[in-house]
Amino acid sequence: MNVNADVVGSRFAPNLRDSTSTARKSRDKIFLLVLWFATLCAVLTLFFLILTTLLKGAGRLNLSLVTNFPSPFPEDAGIQSAIFGSLWVVITSGFASLFIGLGSAIYLEEFANSTSRITRLITLNIQTLAGVPSIVFGILGLAFVARGWLGWGFSVGTASAVLTMMVLPVVVVSSREALKAVPPSLREGSYALGATKWQTIRKQVIPAAVPGIATGSILGVSRALGESAPLILLGALAYVSSNPSGFGSDYTVLPLIIMKFTQDAQDEFRAVGAAAIIVLLVLLVSLNLLAIVIRDRSRKSW
Amino acid sequence: MVEDMNKVMNSGVSSSASPSKVIGVSVYSDNVQSAEGNTPALEMIMESQDLKVHYGSYLAVRDVNLQVHKNEITALIGPSGCGKSTILRCFNRMNDLIPTAKVSGSVIYRGIDLYGPDANAGEVRRRIGMVFQKPNPFPKSIFDNVAFGPRVNGKPSKQETEELVERSLKRAALWDEVKDRLKQSAFSLSGGQQQRLCIARALAVDPDVLLMDEPCSALDPIATGRIEDLMHEIKGEYPIVIVTHNMQQAARVSNRTAFFNTEVDADATRPTGVLVEYDSTQKIFSAPSDPRTEQYISGRMG
Repeated sequence: MNVNADVVGSRFAPNLRDSTSTARKSRDKIFLLVLWFATLCAVLTLFFLILTTLLKGAGRLNLSLVTNFPSPFPEDAGIQSAIFGSLWVVITSGFASLFIGLGSAIYLEEFANSTSRITRLITLNIQTLAGVPSIVFGILGLAFVARGWLGWGFSVGTASAVLTMMVLPVVVVSSREALKAVPPSLREGSYALGATKWQTIRKQVIPAAVPGIATGSILGVSRALGESAPLILLGALAYVSSNPSGFGSDYTVLPLIIMKFTQDAQDEFRAVGAAAIIVLLVLLVSLNLLAIVIRDRSRKSW
Repeated sequence: MVEDMNKVMNSGVSSSASPSKVIGVSVYSDNVQSAEGNTPALEMIMESQDLKVHYGSYLAVRDVNLQVHKNEITALIGPSGCGKSTILRCFNRMNDLIPTAKVSGSVIYRGIDLYGPDANAGEVRRRIGMVFQKPNPFPKSIFDNVAFGPRVNGKPSKQETEELVERSLKRAALWDEVKDRLKQSAFSLSGGQQQRLCIARALAVDPDVLLMDEPCSALDPIATGRIEDLMHEIKGEYPIVIVTHNMQQAARVSNRTAFFNTEVDADATRPTGVLVEYDSTQKIFSAPSDPRTEQYISGRMG
């Protein structure tokens, strides 16, 4: 058996050494460097921002920050009213947008005739709304919720309603995607046992879509937590020295108290602002972690 | 009963009866008797009359007249795209779920037209169960998979449900393998076990007829053998209609066989399925009356 002769006689080179040209190899390397640089830019910027904020705010990052209310004296100034204001607004608008959003997603995905003009118009509308700048929602809220017909004034209720409108399209779109991703075989299996449409949706489709719905909704809520523009128009940019007690209360939120503090002439107030940024970041990261945990839990169990 | 089933399970495909050679495939003699002997005891359970299915304007399958008898397994065979599965799905109104599908003609089940005013799709599917091509267990525990059908069709007590789950799993020859892990995910089972779970799930609502759409096409030969043995076991209680691509399987398990083929009608551009021949399995595989049937089963077509 003459192995050598076979290799030599074939149309391939007589060895298996790398035949790639040096030019091609260096192009590979350059491309990799470009990718590294891009990643580095993103990571470094974030790292630098967090670092400077931490350095500035570290001195004020203590318990009094979260137990005290805003005060004319920087050493006493705290952000408790903003934390509670943010929680009030975000939790109420989160629940409202989850219920309304999931409801409309179920209707559009499971019941509406997907080929009809009206359904397509609604779908297009919702997708467009998801991209509307938040300040537009603020103006809308100012005209129709704070003033005008509803006349709720500058209150938690107004802010919650406006943030609900803002988050709703995101929840609807992501919930629809999650419902769409439920395999048809699951529905067929359920229908084949005599289950009704609603039984199938409630007991099979929604449970299977929970990870997607939860992820989308929590991401929408994090957006509401960091939102400032519409709330500037709705009276949140104020010194509020008490926690909200209901939908009618005055309120402020973390992003706006940060804005107020960081614009102050006094260094000490700017330090409070930096510390508030860290609190907001911690809240945002915990929300995102919650989304990941919910997603993994409901996936892992099956 | 469990012992009996174990025996059947261990025996595999080849032992239930002595095969007789007919055009390259073996037909079991015990299948042949009931179909061949013109026994007047044959009780008809379902019958399709001039059944036709359109998808939109496309005629997918036409002129299907066949009968399903008590204590028998009816096999639907034919090349891909000939409408076997479409016809099967007419037998429990699963085609209702496809918006473009339009069924004409009638399917008479125990004197009632499934597509008439006296038939509700949910009730039809509860009486006429279905097992799908790919095992499609619900993302729930083994127990909850089997219990789903009874639960959506009534409110059985905890004890009733437990008894029903045990009985169904025993009937599907799966009990011994899963009795210690009923709370585990159905996805922890092997493909063959999952398919038997789907059969158990279908049997749990105590159907009158069982439809199987290529139930073994995703399974290995051993798992296939178990399902086939199971079919023989239960056909006395549950008449079965099975779609299969595997002619040996049709010959092994069925009492009657319907051969479908595709034809391009004069006024159409796409092929339409037609029922070429419907007869006892023995006749179809040994002396088919239509030359197309003979070509197909001897491997010259399809």
